[in-house]
Amino acid sequence: MGMTITEKILARACGRDEVQAGEFINAGLDLALANDITAPLAIKEFEAAGADRVWDPERVVLVLDHFVPNKDIKSAEQARFVRSFARRQRLDNFYDVGRMGIEHVILPEKGLVVPGDVVIGADSHTCTYGALGAFATGVGSTDLAAGMATGEVWLRVPETIRFNLEGRPGRYVTGKDYILYIIGMIGVDGALYAAMEFAGGAMRELSMDGRFTMCNMAIEAGAKNGIVEPDAVTEEYCRGRARRRPVMLAGDTDAAFARVVDIDVSAIESQVARPHLPSNAVPASELADLKIDQVVIGSCTNGRIEDLRMAAEVMKGRKVSPEVRTIVIPGSQEVYQRAMHEGLIDIFIGAEAAVSTPTCGPCLGGHMGVLAAGERAVSTTNRNFVGRMGHVDSEVYLAGPYVAAATAVAGTISVPEAAR
Amino acid sequence: MFEGTVFKFGRDVDTDVIIPARYLNTTDPQELAAHVMEDIDPEFINRVKAGDIIVAEENFGCGSSREQAPVAIKAAGAACVVAVSFARIFYRNAINIGLPILVCPEAARGAESGDLLRVNLDKGEVVNLTKQKIYQADRFPEFMQEIVAAGGLMNRVKEKLAGRRPGPS
Repeated sequence: MGMTITEKILARACGRDEVQAGEFINAGLDLALANDITAPLAIKEFEAAGADRVWDPERVVLVLDHFVPNKDIKSAEQARFVRSFARRQRLDNFYDVGRMGIEHVILPEKGLVVPGDVVIGADSHTCTYGALGAFATGVGSTDLAAGMATGEVWLRVPETIRFNLEGRPGRYVTGKDYILYIIGMIGVDGALYAAMEFAGGAMRELSMDGRFTMCNMAIEAGAKNGIVEPDAVTEEYCRGRARRRPVMLAGDTDAAFARVVDIDVSAIESQVARPHLPSNAVPASELADLKIDQVVIGSCTNGRIEDLRMAAEVMKGRKVSPEVRTIVIPGSQEVYQRAMHEGLIDIFIGAEAAVSTPTCGPCLGGHMGVLAAGERAVSTTNRNFVGRMGHVDSEVYLAGPYVAAATAVAGTISVPEAAR
Repeated sequence: MFEGTVFKFGRDVDTDVIIPARYLNTTDPQELAAHVMEDIDPEFINRVKAGDIIVAEENFGCGSSREQAPVAIKAAGAACVVAVSFARIFYRNAINIGLPILVCPEAARGAESGDLLRVNLDKGEVVNLTKQKIYQADRFPEFMQEIVAAGGLMNRVKEKLAGRRPGPS
């Protein structure tokens, strides 16, 4: 029996020729990641276990991104705790204000993750890196502490659900629309404990940024990891970035899948996920006229340069509705700078949107755009749970950058076609 | 073995309602416990007593990887979570920090808030004393039973680290 790409990566990581779905393995890590919310607990566990040095100071990555620049004294104390650990351990990859970005934007951007890697991160959206043909999964702080100490993680090899995406997408249909559509189809536990493998002609045509968006949200279907087999697009992305040699693996033609789902992307309209689950996806056109108070464009899901280009394309020469507070957050300093050089920041400010330094801030109701009771947001982020972006009686509608920008301009949920 | 009153929740209880992100600027278990379940049941923290049992339907603990979620549940005094199914990161976190969890679909579906439950973790047995029904929970895979038996993941790490250091000469 052949192996899927996920099985091949995991077999390699535990030094074996073959692993099968359902087996428990100890995998060697290429990278272990935590942020300002999850690292403090991990560091405490690490030190309580009597560990003195991390297993490899080049491969433990700490990023302060959730509550920074610090939103209050308590979060400043947490950041200080992480910072002092990073200095004590002489970590090569510690990212603080001014050098940081949203973790899942900067790790691929800086070439820290490469195809073939096994990565754990104490952040559920660590699954983003599957877009590079790596195995990456979110864990809690204790698993991360164990990983920092030993360079290993225990894993159950996941079954793979393969999604074959074929056809030509509509003009404004993006990776975000694909993934919202898929989660809408299978539900928030539709891929529980499994790998979601995205394949087919439409995936080969999809940009790297679009692939990151899709793998990012695999966790919203309960998946252990999302993955795309590396190809020429991946190779091009890694050129000049990869800090280690990429290992480009592909699944065998006779690999076993738990399920195969065929999707015709030409039938997918721009999607919006209604409150309070990412699986509540409907065509955006069905929600026209719904009044919106705030639009957020950014996050580990949609804070990359291509996302900002899409938003700018819609907002260019326009002003956002006076009823809508529009907040644009580039995902990294590099994305911010590129957006500036390309004139995108001028377009956003000209449209009367706020532009912020990179942060996860509003996505999890932390800061930089918390919602009041009864308020409604359209957001390019990944979760629309009860109270996610603020008050328990606020609402989040998830969408891609085109819909978010068109909504900001119109004041009600809109598709870019309508904004033309 | 322990007995407790059921607090019943539905499906897809996410970690944002278990412990909202606005409280994640601390790692103190008691501070976290003061807000546990606040956005889904504001009265929960006032009513839950040590030894009570959270029962939920599918996909309990979905969403973020925050270990503060099982930490807050444990610190609030809940003895155990019984569910139809758990989201994978929550499942790992609960085992790692020593919050007992049981996958027992029939017991979870059959229980209502206020029922008295008796749980025998060694046998994986759940008894609904109010409804007079006995259920058998799924066994943990052997690999995970070893982690539980070691008293959590970090105890295994300690053993591993000790093995790496040169022994006394």
